Amino acid sequence: MNIANLKLALRVLARRKVFTAISLVGITLTLVVLMVATAILDNVFAPGKPESQLDRMLFVSVVGRYSKDMSNTSPPGYGFLQKTIRDLPGAERVAYFTQVDTKVIYSGVQRIETQMKRVTPSYWQILDFHFIEGAPFTAADDAAGRPVAVITDALRDKILAGGPAVGRSVNIGGQSYRVAGVVSRVPITRLSAYAEVWVPVGAVAAELQGATGGDFNGIVLARSRDDFPAMKREFNTRVARYTNPDAPPGTEVRSGLDTAFEAIARPMLNNPANQNAALILRTIFIVLALLFMTLPALNLVTLNLSRILERAPEIGVRKAFGAPKRTLIAQFVTENVILTLLGGVLGFVFTIIALTALNHTSFIPEAQFNVNARVFGYGMLIAIFFGVFSGFYPAWKMARLNPVNALRGGAQ
Amino acid sequence: MITLNNIDKVYRTERVETLALQNINLDIADGEFVSIMGPSGCGKSTLLNLIGLLDKPTRGKLLLDGTHINGAGDRSLAKMRNEKLGFVFQSFHLVPDLTVLDNVEIPLLYRKIAAGERKKLALAALDRVGLSSRVHHFPTQLSGGQQQRVAIARAIVGKPRIVLADEPTGNLDSAMGDEIMGILEELNEKDGTTVVMVTHDDRFAVRTGRTIRLFDGRQVA
Repeated sequence: MNIANLKLALRVLARRKVFTAISLVGITLTLVVLMVATAILDNVFAPGKPESQLDRMLFVSVVGRYSKDMSNTSPPGYGFLQKTIRDLPGAERVAYFTQVDTKVIYSGVQRIETQMKRVTPSYWQILDFHFIEGAPFTAADDAAGRPVAVITDALRDKILAGGPAVGRSVNIGGQSYRVAGVVSRVPITRLSAYAEVWVPVGAVAAELQGATGGDFNGIVLARSRDDFPAMKREFNTRVARYTNPDAPPGTEVRSGLDTAFEAIARPMLNNPANQNAALILRTIFIVLALLFMTLPALNLVTLNLSRILERAPEIGVRKAFGAPKRTLIAQFVTENVILTLLGGVLGFVFTIIALTALNHTSFIPEAQFNVNARVFGYGMLIAIFFGVFSGFYPAWKMARLNPVNALRGGAQ
Repeated sequence: MITLNNIDKVYRTERVETLALQNINLDIADGEFVSIMGPSGCGKSTLLNLIGLLDKPTRGKLLLDGTHINGAGDRSLAKMRNEKLGFVFQSFHLVPDLTVLDNVEIPLLYRKIAAGERKKLALAALDRVGLSSRVHHFPTQLSGGQQQRVAIARAIVGKPRIVLADEPTGNLDSAMGDEIMGILEELNEKDGTTVVMVTHDDRFAVRTGRTIRLFDGRQVA
C-alpha cells in the first residue's frame, strides 16, 4: 500500500459521500454488534479482577456418571474434588465453591433476594477481590464452622445502610452471619467470582463427604500454563481410577480439568468426556459471527459492484500503464478495508456507548462491561476481516475488466 | 521495434462475427513517428490497442521489441506495457480523484521505485510539458489542453521507447492540438521515442514520418 493509493482511497470515500455514508451505517452497525459480543466474551474469558489470574486457572465444573441403565451429569461433589484435585501436582492452590444459591434477606419490611456462594478459604487467595472493609474469613473460621460472611458493597448498601458493616450481624436465609468483609460488587460475567454473599463451606455433612455429584466447582491455580497438559493428564488418570461410592459397580465417571473457556463449553455439549468441546464452541462462535457478517457483506459487495462502471476508465488506465491484476485487487481490497476500518473506529465508539447503557440497565446483574486495548484490537481485526471478506469479489471483478472496454467506460 | 505479421482481429458475439482487422502486415522501426488514418470504424483504435498489448490478435504474429507476445500471460504483458509503452488517450483518462502529480506517478507505482524518486521523475516529466506550476491541481481544475499535457507527462514519465497516442488532439481546439503535436514531435526528434498516433486530421498526419491508412479493417497504404 503506497501513500498515493491511501490518499486515493480517502479521496474516493470523501467524494462519494452518499455511498460512503450508506456503507458506513451498515458496517458500523455490524461491527458494533460484533464488538459488543467480543467485549462480553472478553469480560468472561480474559483475566480481569477478581479473576486476574484466570489464565492460570483450571476448573472442574461437571461430572458425568454412565452405566448401562442411566446417565447423569451434574456439578461435581465434594468427594470427587477431594479425590481428584485436592493435592494435584503442579497446583499452587486449590479451592472449591458452590454454585450461587438464591437466599432471602428481610430488611425491615423489605424482602431482598441475594446470591450466595459457599467457598473454601483458599478461594480468597486465588481470586483477588477488592476489599472495601474488613478481610476474608480464614481457614480457622472455616474449620470452626463460624457463621461469617463476606458481602458486596451493593448488598451492604441495601441491608446495612450507613456505618461500617464489619462486625455487624445479618440474617441471610434464616441464618445469622457476622460480616467479616465487604468487597466491591462483582459482575455476573466473572463466573467463578460472582455472588453477593460468600460464606465458608464449613463442616460438610458426612453423607456428602464422598459424593461424586453435587453443587461444587473446583478451581486449580497452576504455577504456570505450561503445567496444564501434565495436570490434565494426571487429573484424567485420577478420574479413570476413581470409584464411584454412590453408584452401582460398573458405573463410569467422566470429567475434565478445564480452562475457563473449556469449562463453559463442556457442560453446554452435555458430554463431560468430549475433549473437543472448546473447539466445537469456538467453531460455533466463528460460524455465528460469519453468518452475522454475511448479509451486510453482501450489501457492501452489491454497492461496490455497482461502482465498477464508475471506476472503469481508471482501471483501464492502470492496466494500460502496467498494473497487474493482483496489484489492482490489492488496491481495491485495501480501499474497502480502509472503509471498514473507519466503520470499525465508529463502531468502537458506539460499542462504548452501548456497553455503558447496558451497564446502567438491570438486564444483566451487576454488569460492568468495558472495552480495553484488547477489545479494540479484536474489533479492528474483525473490521479488516470484514473488509477483505466483502471487498475481494468486487475487487477481483474490477481487476479482470478488459482494459479496452474499461477505457471506453464499459464494464463488459 | 514493432512487427505485425498477417494480423486478424475478429470480434465475436453470440450472433455476429465482425472482422475488425484483416491481414495487417506492419513494421515500425525504432524512432519512427507513424500516423494511422482512416474513416471511423475502420479499425485504427483496434490496431493501436493490439500494438499497445491491451488486446490480443485473433490470428497472426505480433512482436514487440523482438518479443513474441502471442500467448504471454497477464503479468508479462503488464510488465511490457509498463516498461516499453506509454499511452495518450483522446479523452485524457486522468484519474479525477488524484492530483496532477499523483496521476503522472501512476506508471511508476508498478515499478520498484521509492516514493521520493517517483516524485522527482514525475516533476521532471511535468516540467517537460510545461506544467510545473500545476502539480497539486486536480484534473477538473485544468483546461483540456493542460489535461492532455498531463496525460503526455504520464505517458513519458517511465521513459518508454514507444508512445501510443489515440487521437490525442481529437478533443482539443486547433491551437491546443498544435501544442500537443509539438510535444509529440519533440519527443520523437529529441529523445528518439517511437510514436504511433491515430488521427483524423491530415494537418497532423503530414507532420509524421509515415502514414498508415486503413479502410474496412484492411491496410490500404
